[in-house]
Amino acid sequence: MPILSYLRALNRALGAEMERDPAVCVLGEDIGVAVSNVTTGLLKRFGPERVLDMPISEQAFTSFATGAAMSGSRPVVEFQIPALLYLVFEQIANQAHKLSLMTGGQVKVPVTYVLPRSGSRVGWAGQHSDHPYSLFAHVGVKTAVPATPTDAYGLMISAIRDDDPVILFAPAGAAERRENVDYAALAPVPLGAGRVHRPGTDVTVVAVGHLVYDALEVADELAASSGISAEVFDPRTLYPFDWAGLAASLRRTGRLVVVDDSNRTCGIGGEIIATAAEQMRLIAPPKRVTRPDGAVLPFSRGLDLAVQPSASQLRAAIEAVVTAG
Amino acid sequence: MTAPQRLHDAPLADAAGLYRTVRLIRRFEQRAIEMVRGGLIPGGIHPYIGQEAVAAGVCAALRPDDLITSTHRGHGHVLAKGADPVRMLAELAGRETGLNAGRGGSMHAADVGVGIYGANAIVGAAAAIATGAAWSHRRAGHDLVAVTFFGDGAVNQGVLLEALNLAALWRVPVVFVCENNGFAATMRVEAATAGTITGRAGAFGIPAVTVDGMDPQAVLTAAAEAVARARAGDGPVFLECLTYRFDAHHTWEHVARPRYRTAEEIAEGAARDPVQIQAARVPEPVRVRIDAEIEELLDQAQRFAAASPEPDPSGALDYLYADGLRGRAGTA
Repeated sequence: MPILSYLRALNRALGAEMERDPAVCVLGEDIGVAVSNVTTGLLKRFGPERVLDMPISEQAFTSFATGAAMSGSRPVVEFQIPALLYLVFEQIANQAHKLSLMTGGQVKVPVTYVLPRSGSRVGWAGQHSDHPYSLFAHVGVKTAVPATPTDAYGLMISAIRDDDPVILFAPAGAAERRENVDYAALAPVPLGAGRVHRPGTDVTVVAVGHLVYDALEVADELAASSGISAEVFDPRTLYPFDWAGLAASLRRTGRLVVVDDSNRTCGIGGEIIATAAEQMRLIAPPKRVTRPDGAVLPFSRGLDLAVQPSASQLRAAIEAVVTAG
Repeated sequence: MTAPQRLHDAPLADAAGLYRTVRLIRRFEQRAIEMVRGGLIPGGIHPYIGQEAVAAGVCAALRPDDLITSTHRGHGHVLAKGADPVRMLAELAGRETGLNAGRGGSMHAADVGVGIYGANAIVGAAAAIATGAAWSHRRAGHDLVAVTFFGDGAVNQGVLLEALNLAALWRVPVVFVCENNGFAATMRVEAATAGTITGRAGAFGIPAVTVDGMDPQAVLTAAAEAVARARAGDGPVFLECLTYRFDAHHTWEHVARPRYRTAEEIAEGAARDPVQIQAARVPEPVRVRIDAEIEELLDQAQRFAAASPEPDPSGALDYLYADGLRGRAGTA
């Protein structure tokens, strides 16, 4: 079977949608030469009218995409750096997201925002290492954080076809992943559908994005060392969230650990635990592993890693939750 | 009911048409202020009184399929572009029958069917939206033009300046209309703006014209040239309309009474009144008939708004998502 890399999956999905629907266009900085590898080959295939290299004017080109989306286009906007989302939070949260409601449903804004290599790339320091997906889930922008190449492909397709703004974070920690795939079997992945990567009976580990890989490793280690049976649940989209899928997992396990690359306060991990505590079956107090409160990622390698959720923190959290209650 | 529901049902660009538009906006705003005072319009409004010539002149130069984006002070633009005044007033009153089904109100009124992409409450924010919209239509082979209205306060907003650059770079058919009424809320333009307003357009190589924004005919003449140039594919044009706001920045001022200009200054600014200027160009019998039609239309609008249902609270988040997605309620 062919091997598909994560970024190649995004590229393949984008190319397929541009082929299928002439309304789809892509815009961003340095996309003609595909600095981020997501738009490789697209300028040659589709031309400069559909692959628009943008000046460094993030606020204008984000709202430019909104206006184009209100007028028949389906733009995909690439941001090279996750912290640029702070610069365009007005344009996404306050404009694109609100226009459907504010106009009483007169307009649709089918824009996809793509963040290749979001989160820490280790060594990119304070202003290039954030992972602000929780902010978008908080305001209600449809938010996807695929972990695998197959899911990156499928969620990218769904995001582009969706009639609302959708933001897709492609975590740096997942971007180099590869997967054996059958190209013919690649398919859209619906927004709001989670996925159980590893079944288990003792504890549910909800892992967001690249942290799925840490969760799977830790689960295998704990199975071997302690006989703990951990189920790894990947929500894939954070808004809408697959609450039914989580509830089904917790009916099997009754115990919950969340690993989330957000800062702790108001991160999506807190929402997952709150909802489980309100509405689902828990037989022991849950735990979450996150970045610290208010974290700014420091530059030096060891400091950067010290602030990200780690496998050892996750292992300790799982052991504590499994033995509690 | 003989009055046209939409201004586009009547000729816009002749003397009587321009008069009808400025008079309608003036009377609409006066009645809306009364309704704010009476508690019938929640939140208050940003009255357009004094600036009517800008909306009337610019929109008379547009085709029904051309697009506009508007501002927090947007009633004039929305009415001049051809929205139904009856449904507009119902929107201000927050009724289900309003243009936006009561979900937008004064600062977000939109009527996409007649090219009104909405008023926008963030200063300068709509310019980039208009640029993208015009670009998308041109890509699809439509020869329409987008007009983005903004005030003098917007010329120091980064996103507006970025939009000027994009529009000029790609020769997007956008007309940037700056309504310079001398004040950004309460701050004088001289205190806010280094250089000149048209100089900003010049920096991007965009032709800029300054026009008497109190004279509907003068605005129309300048706007028609600008729109023709943009439609012909020669790129964006910038119009600075010198105008004056006779009433408050926002009706809240009627309560708070901030002191930032004197009564004498207001009287001086209001001495040239766009409604009177245009009235002088219309034979009296025609004017009397138009005035009567407008009063009848606005009577009807007020009755319609009062009689219309308020939206059902169970539908408070209707329209949030195009696919009808429902998030969880606020209580578990």
